[in-house]
Amino acid sequence: MTDSPFYDEVQELKRRYPDWRSATLPALQLAQEKHGYLSPDALRETARALGTTPAFCESVASFYDMLHLAPVGRHMVEVCTNLPCALAGAQRVVDAFEDELGVRPGETTDDGAITFRTVECLGGCGRATVVAVDERYHELVTPDKVAAIVEEVRGDA
Amino acid sequence: MATPELILAHADERDLTRLGEYRAVGGYRSLERALELEPAAVVQVITDATLRGRGGAGFPMGRKASLIDQKNPRKYVVVNADESEPGAFKDREIMARNPHLLIEGCLITAHAIESRAVFIYIRGEYLAEYEILARAVEDARSAGLFGDVDVVVHRGAGAYICGEESALLESLEGKRGQPRPRPPFPPVTGLYAAPTQINNVQTIAIVPKIIELGVEEFVKIGVRSSPGTAVFSLSGNVVRPGNYELELGTPLRTLIYDVGGGIPDGRELKGIIPGGSSVPILTPDQLDTPLDYDSIQAAGSFFGSAAVIVVDDRCCMVQLALRAAKFYMHESCGKCTPCREGTRWLVQLLTRIEEGDAMQSDLDLLVSVCTRMLGRSLCALGDFAVYPVSSYLRKYRAEFQRHVDEGACPFGDESSIAGIEAPIDAHTHFPTVEVPA
Repeated sequence: MTDSPFYDEVQELKRRYPDWRSATLPALQLAQEKHGYLSPDALRETARALGTTPAFCESVASFYDMLHLAPVGRHMVEVCTNLPCALAGAQRVVDAFEDELGVRPGETTDDGAITFRTVECLGGCGRATVVAVDERYHELVTPDKVAAIVEEVRGDA
Repeated sequence: MATPELILAHADERDLTRLGEYRAVGGYRSLERALELEPAAVVQVITDATLRGRGGAGFPMGRKASLIDQKNPRKYVVVNADESEPGAFKDREIMARNPHLLIEGCLITAHAIESRAVFIYIRGEYLAEYEILARAVEDARSAGLFGDVDVVVHRGAGAYICGEESALLESLEGKRGQPRPRPPFPPVTGLYAAPTQINNVQTIAIVPKIIELGVEEFVKIGVRSSPGTAVFSLSGNVVRPGNYELELGTPLRTLIYDVGGGIPDGRELKGIIPGGSSVPILTPDQLDTPLDYDSIQAAGSFFGSAAVIVVDDRCCMVQLALRAAKFYMHESCGKCTPCREGTRWLVQLLTRIEEGDAMQSDLDLLVSVCTRMLGRSLCALGDFAVYPVSSYLRKYRAEFQRHVDEGACPFGDESSIAGIEAPIDAHTHFPTVEVPA
């Protein structure tokens, strides 16, 4: 286990900082990429590579919205509904995704392909509504563009 | 209307993400000039330029630098690129379109405080910008521009509070992003307890321009108490939303009507949030307020992060307050009781008012909760949660009153943000634990 590529990559991350602890977030991000979410196994593997405890890793991970301690879909669709997007009609975009995906915000489609959720400001307020698909921004999204976005995500599934 | 572009100069004509293009317009020449100066002289230039922090607090950058113990061999420069204030998207544009300006500013700042390590903490959601910035850092490093300085770009993982400087430092140290008690302030005890110069992206990005223009020319731009330009993020109910670099002191009216094209669809202006969702709202009679730190404060609000959100008359202010309150409840780190519990109280009371279930006394209770939260937490988030709620209530009291009197939202389903859902409506980021019967 200790000489897995993941372990080596985490050692590399630790060298980047004056203190190994600073590698915690990058290591958790790496583990999530590898495991899909931060499962108990993923947390144990991260802790071992960092030289700390799984409890410490979980305490850090539970603070951050982009780190998932429960299984999520293979793809993530996130609609910003903070004030600027809300004023531009974000709720109609949320509704359109709900219709298209058949799930409520916070849920994952039955086939495990797509987790859909609302998120706080993504920093695209000048081109609202902003939708992040697997961390890539789609801007100026209106309800009529939702079907095409879902089709694209499903094509990738 | 002549707008001197400093931060986004040449970004329309050239691909400044490429090192060669950036150097072709004089890039990294300010660094050369700064390196010829003694560190203390660079600090003096920044101080004389009265460069005020563009991130939110408006604290003079030079004063921060002067608090750093120059004799300490371990010192850090940290760039706050965790832009998360609702309405703000200026840093994103700077990093995406002029990353080398930021890097040059970092290197000059590192020289000024004699630091050899720079950390740029970029919010996790800005993946595309991270990639652009990381590539620009590698290009600058390969070109030998770093000298003995190292620059590390560090990704956050989704937490508004990490834009608060002490929370950012905690997060950068690999912990939960919870603010620290202050004093001591970061210039004294910052990253790994070492003296740390921490500034917003836009603040650092202006530094090379001050060196380039010289203090004398720089302070001619903008107003005397806040010289220079700022990239304003304009959003909400406006014809042409976007980022616009304007001189400080430009009237709000100019930004919204001349630059932004006014309010669309023949609607009426109802309110302006001048500095991101966390600042008190201004009303249409305040449109002539100049956009600089002191003038906005005199008008009863804050410059904040120069994020101007325009609200038209289709919007129910109770719904707007509720949506803002839900955001702050979601983002409260939970460390201080007044903020952790107070944000929940705000959401509960505003929900009751919006749904028409509130009693008259609930309006007073709302004011009371606001009063009890204000100034009672370690960081400003507790105050940020209060400002939208208390200012909407004060300025649109009649609208709140109608919710109570009519036992329903007077907008019916006609508000522009009716039914808006927030992440806290579907908490999903904790694993569901099956409790045995």
